[in-house]
Amino acid sequence: MPPLIRCEDLWKIYSLGDVEVQALRGLTLSIEQGEFVAIMGSSGSGKSTLMNILGCLDQPTRGHYWLNGIEVAALRADQLADLRNRQIGFVFQSFNLIPRTSALENAQLPLFYRGLPLREQRGLAMAALGRVGLQGREQHYPTQLSGGQQQRVAIARALVTSPSLLLADEPTGNLDSESSREIMTILDRLNREQGITIILVTHEADIATYAERELVIQDGRVRTDRRTRPGLTPSPGGV
Amino acid sequence: MPAFVLLTVLTAIRILGRNRLRAGLTMLGIVIGVGAVIAMVSIGEGAKAAVAQRVASMGTNVIIILPGSTTTSGVRGGQGGAVTLTVSDGLDLKKRIPLLRDTGWAKRDVMQIVNGNKNWSGPVNGISPSYLTIRDWAFASGGPFSQQDVETAARVALLGQTVVGNLFDPGEEPVGAMIRIKNVPFRVVGVLAPKGQSAQGSDQDDIIFIPFSTAERKVFGTQFLGSVGALFASTERVEDLGSAAEQIREVLRLRHRLQPEQEDDFTIRTQVDIGKVQEGTSETMTVLLFTVASISLLVGGIGIMNILLVSVTERTREIGVRMAVGAKRRHILVQFLIEAMTLSVVGGCLGILFGVLGARLTTVIAGWPTIISGQTVAIAFVFSLAVGLFFGLYPANKAARLNPIDALRYE
Repeated sequence: MPPLIRCEDLWKIYSLGDVEVQALRGLTLSIEQGEFVAIMGSSGSGKSTLMNILGCLDQPTRGHYWLNGIEVAALRADQLADLRNRQIGFVFQSFNLIPRTSALENAQLPLFYRGLPLREQRGLAMAALGRVGLQGREQHYPTQLSGGQQQRVAIARALVTSPSLLLADEPTGNLDSESSREIMTILDRLNREQGITIILVTHEADIATYAERELVIQDGRVRTDRRTRPGLTPSPGGV
Repeated sequence: MPAFVLLTVLTAIRILGRNRLRAGLTMLGIVIGVGAVIAMVSIGEGAKAAVAQRVASMGTNVIIILPGSTTTSGVRGGQGGAVTLTVSDGLDLKKRIPLLRDTGWAKRDVMQIVNGNKNWSGPVNGISPSYLTIRDWAFASGGPFSQQDVETAARVALLGQTVVGNLFDPGEEPVGAMIRIKNVPFRVVGVLAPKGQSAQGSDQDDIIFIPFSTAERKVFGTQFLGSVGALFASTERVEDLGSAAEQIREVLRLRHRLQPEQEDDFTIRTQVDIGKVQEGTSETMTVLLFTVASISLLVGGIGIMNILLVSVTERTREIGVRMAVGAKRRHILVQFLIEAMTLSVVGGCLGILFGVLGARLTTVIAGWPTIISGQTVAIAFVFSLAVGLFFGLYPANKAARLNPIDALRYE
């Protein structure tokens, strides 16, 4: 079986006027199905750029990226949208729920663009909300939910399409420690029980310990690639 | 796609519901534009129908021939000033032109009519019996002159409703009564059914008919025996009016011995010509209306475009999220187009409502006839939809062209 993610010599170069910024400089990376990977790095290291490319939101300037064996660099905007819809779930630092829209409809959103019958959309979204422990809050608006609950809605939205990859960009960045632990427990469970591949971007070392593999990005390349341990519990005193 | 469209429409309605004031103000242009158009068109249509009815009240397929103006040493008299048409012209036209169903003639003068202690001045018309059928006059009571009345120049009269109203008390029976026209006693033999206003707006019911022979010999006093005020003719079919009019012209020119370089000494008008003049007026009105409607819809459309551009900016992050979870460009495009069209269609429907109410009020308050046709409403609806589509296109396209990463990061 090919790796879920394979990047080879990825370059991303932005031109800001006369200045050229090399955000990625020949990054090579491979992630297997079912891994829980933490990506760390200081700001400006290129980790955001890497996440955008891995999430099929952006295309590399040079190099190759295969997701599930599909060469992403060759795809058009609509095909990328399809790929995001079917293969990838996003969890953002600022939750990014659609305002004044119920939790259920937020969780339903990706299915809405897949054109499934309404009844099926509802059923899948209810189930996804159930998996993150939000039964009974389907009709709540984001403003009626706590930060942790909002982030759980976002996870339900990411899960509803049964993606093979979940990209979490600083998912606990806006949460208190207790909510952070809740969210990380959910991600951990999803990874262990359902084998969903999770890529977690964080700058907090204790959050990174939930992962089984830790990548540090610096100057647009992988500096260290360290395997912690498979299936884990937080390190003592963590979180 | 259907589930998508349905949900998008519902979402659009909800989003508009959230910003009711903003949505209302945005729609105002469309509401006023469509409302004004509906009200004005229904008033215009009502007026047009009233005019058409007046033209129809002239009779069926009528041709009117009026004497021309005279030219005396270069001084031109008014139309009808000359005595150029005669009874024998009328008789000859019928004989020579098979297209004509009938011809008739009339001669009029305004005279005082007296009944007991009441009097009225009205147009007294000496008419040939055929005149009544050509002009489609019906009777409210009594009947037309007999052939004998015509031959003996009997002193009998037919009265229009206005004259009856002025000479007789309510409930008094005019038929059989004796009245005096210019001091000559006449017996009323018929009362005409009402016709209302003519195409030119005069009261057609203010009229008295007496036999032409009686008018000539006993009332008017005539310089030239057999001269008429106007000739009338009718055809079987409306399509024949034009060619019949042309043939009448030829026959009359021949009878009046006019040289080719001489102008006609008469004027021919068909019912169709008269109708056209009236239609011309309403066409001007329509053009004016169309201009007003276009401007207000343009302004309304720009309002929608403006508010949508604001909305796209406000919701940039939402657009980014939608794109991240798999919305394609066309999904975003359609979403904003539907929002624009929801705005314009809701505005259009409100406009239709106000327009219909306005038209009704005009009828109730001013008494103007109005007609609200389904076609007008349908066109207004389609137009408001089109305005939404057209003016929504630019903001929707702007939203659809957003880069997902930039949109997600937008603060």
